Amino acid sequence: MATITAIAPQTNADVQEAVCANPQLVVRGGGTKSALLAADTDAATLDMRQLTGMIEYAPGEFVFTARAGTTLQEVAATLAEHGQYLPFDPPLVEQGATLGGTIAAGLSGSGRHRYGGLRDFLIGVRFVDGQGRLVRGGGKVVKNAAGFDLPKLMVGSIGRLGVIVEASFKVFPQPPAFATLRAPQPSLDAALTTMARLNGSTFDIEALDLLIEEGGSVLYIRQGGLATTLGARQESLRAWLGGGEALPEADEAAFWAGSRSIGWVPAGWALVKTPVTLTAIPVLEQVLAAGGAQRRYIGGGALAWIAWPGDLTQLDAYLTQLQLSGLVLRGAATWPFVGTRSGASLAARVKRVLDPDNRFPIL
Amino acid sequence: MNLDGLLDELASRFPAARLLQKPAQLAPYESDALTAFRSRPAAVLLAATQDDVIQAVRLCHHHSVPFVARGSGTSLSGGSLPVENGLVIALNKLDRIVRLDPAQRIAVVEPGVINLDVSRAAAPYGLYYAPDPSSQLICTIGGNVAFNSGGAHCLKYGMTANHVLGVKAVLPDGEVVQLGGESLENVGPDLTGFFVGSEGLFGVALEITLRLLPKPQLYRTVLAAYDSLEAAGDAVAMVVASGLLPGAMEIMDALAIEAAEAAVHAGYPRDAAALLIVELEGERIQVEAEFAHLLQVIEGSNPKTVTVAKDDADRARIWKGRKSAFSAVGRLSPDYLVQDGVVPRSRLGEALATIERLSRKHDLRVANVFHAGDGNLHPLILFNGRVAGELERAEELAGEIIQMCIDLGGSITGEHGVGMEKRQHMNTMFTATDLEVMAELRRALDPAEISNRGKMFPAGEAPALRSHGPHPLERQGVISRE
Repeated sequence: MATITAIAPQTNADVQEAVCANPQLVVRGGGTKSALLAADTDAATLDMRQLTGMIEYAPGEFVFTARAGTTLQEVAATLAEHGQYLPFDPPLVEQGATLGGTIAAGLSGSGRHRYGGLRDFLIGVRFVDGQGRLVRGGGKVVKNAAGFDLPKLMVGSIGRLGVIVEASFKVFPQPPAFATLRAPQPSLDAALTTMARLNGSTFDIEALDLLIEEGGSVLYIRQGGLATTLGARQESLRAWLGGGEALPEADEAAFWAGSRSIGWVPAGWALVKTPVTLTAIPVLEQVLAAGGAQRRYIGGGALAWIAWPGDLTQLDAYLTQLQLSGLVLRGAATWPFVGTRSGASLAARVKRVLDPDNRFPIL
Repeated sequence: MNLDGLLDELASRFPAARLLQKPAQLAPYESDALTAFRSRPAAVLLAATQDDVIQAVRLCHHHSVPFVARGSGTSLSGGSLPVENGLVIALNKLDRIVRLDPAQRIAVVEPGVINLDVSRAAAPYGLYYAPDPSSQLICTIGGNVAFNSGGAHCLKYGMTANHVLGVKAVLPDGEVVQLGGESLENVGPDLTGFFVGSEGLFGVALEITLRLLPKPQLYRTVLAAYDSLEAAGDAVAMVVASGLLPGAMEIMDALAIEAAEAAVHAGYPRDAAALLIVELEGERIQVEAEFAHLLQVIEGSNPKTVTVAKDDADRARIWKGRKSAFSAVGRLSPDYLVQDGVVPRSRLGEALATIERLSRKHDLRVANVFHAGDGNLHPLILFNGRVAGELERAEELAGEIIQMCIDLGGSITGEHGVGMEKRQHMNTMFTATDLEVMAELRRALDPAEISNRGKMFPAGEAPALRSHGPHPLERQGVISRE
């Protein structure tokens, strides 16, 4: 991947110009998901890190609009000044991930468990398509049914349908306090049963992650809300579970920050996002354990982060066999998708409209 | 377009009892809940299986005949209006809940399943399906998916798109695709989300995977009365600023209160200029603490009276008044138009003042019932279709309200969709380029534009506007317009 040109647009018009001027383009933000930057041609790099800044933020609306190169860190800090946050809990905040890159990769974190993922909070986008057209979809209000849902199309489009230049998100007030229960489980099956029970229970859970630690399966259950009631709520959850110990307050935030940074992936290993269900986890767990992978199941068992030590073609084969899909975020991959893919023919039709000359890598 | 060829082939495959072609059989399908538009299809196919739908779509594609898929016909934007001399594919018989998996909290359903029936089937497991359009007793999931239906809980819980994980669909050219799956997560472009809200232009959903949620442990509901709409709007702003995240916040004005009281005796204070309903839900300990906080905020908003729902019956009564408000207001007038627009929540006061001014300007009464939590307005314009010029004035007033929504930075539709009704407003909400790209995407899936032709995009040939009147189901009190 010999990159010959780097362009750093500062305006939407710059982006349009760059798209029209370059037959091959790869879009980059903070560079935290290196596998998505791979290109097998002499593509120019469109570096979005200068197209930054909050455009509009009215805390009373629970909505903000920002340019795509804005870092999640800046967004989070601005929201925090008003007691608000991104409920889908995007990963790689501290590492410098941008808003646009997060949308394009379609990434949500552990906190997606409570209210939903990125797709549920993105309400509007502006992007430049492969023909250099500046296109808007959605809007700036939390409820909107006008026109095709182009924002959804950008979620997970990995920079191959267009260059996201601006996005509007719904946000929520952040719970004033958090507490986390660590609940070791006697077996994987027991852990999954507990997760299913919890998912169907009336407990309001912010995050529910399953970690495979040295001693076995361990659940981390995060609750959020008024500080005055949190202790009682955790106690009632512990009684319902029949066990578990509270993470000390000093470690609580650090544990979830660690989860957000995905810092547990060993250097040089690939990192793969795989959508899962509680039913799929036991079989997936077998091949991952056999392959020497490290892994975490987050979002109540909706998503696996897989750290894969070896050749990705092996993981690709396993996932295909299990009818699961994956997106390679880091690691040596010329093609970022592993496993099965649904809707590929529809994606191809969309690609032909938005990027008929394949200025962006194929999708 | 080879209509005769299509009808011949359909007749050779389907019994006459399921292929309606006589005028009397077609009449009930000429309109949906937006009764201003009427148009007669050439035939209605009562599809019984997914394969029936696939065959019908492929034949329509082959013969270049436009089709419209239809559920219960509750669209308020004319979204399920037939194409003149086209085919209507009726999906009500595709009403199987294929699978309900309480452990994974999903339901896989066919498009003809009634919205509320999903929650009914999920109830034994303590689960429910969150999107609750007011027509949920009768509207179908297929229609909800096509129009990305909303309801009273969208700020916190989102719209239909946020509850659909996967869609199996037949595209307008007959290709069957599986989008998404059973996981809450996805890789690659979110095609499921892209399909939802495409207003039938992307083909027909055959099987939909829905996310179910656990029923909250506790609901707490408060009803506050105010001397003015502005005061109620200010109270909403105060609630939002307090850091609370209510599941629902609804406002009704004096005309709506009066009508709802007369219709269902909800116990609303009749002398109030505005009513605000706020509801919190969740874990008992948390909700009780938050509710105490909410009541302090409400007390500080200078209400005339504050009523707290003491039990489930109280809560149900408060909501019954709210949900029946539309049809109740409708009874005050021979005809009415329901509008659906969105403004940023902080500009609700301004929006209501403008609506009041427009109401005076056009000399027509307007009642207001709206989802204050998400800025979704539903002004109800009362008129008499028998008085010359009133319908036109009502249409004009409705158009000015929608223009106001755009001017304030909102949207031309929060939940009813564009359909027939809002086509001409797409030009003001979106640029020519935005619309060009949307049209190209549509043609990439449907080159001949046979799937729900004439909807969403401006400049389609419009059937003549007729006088208004309630939908037959509405007259029976089965559905209401909001």
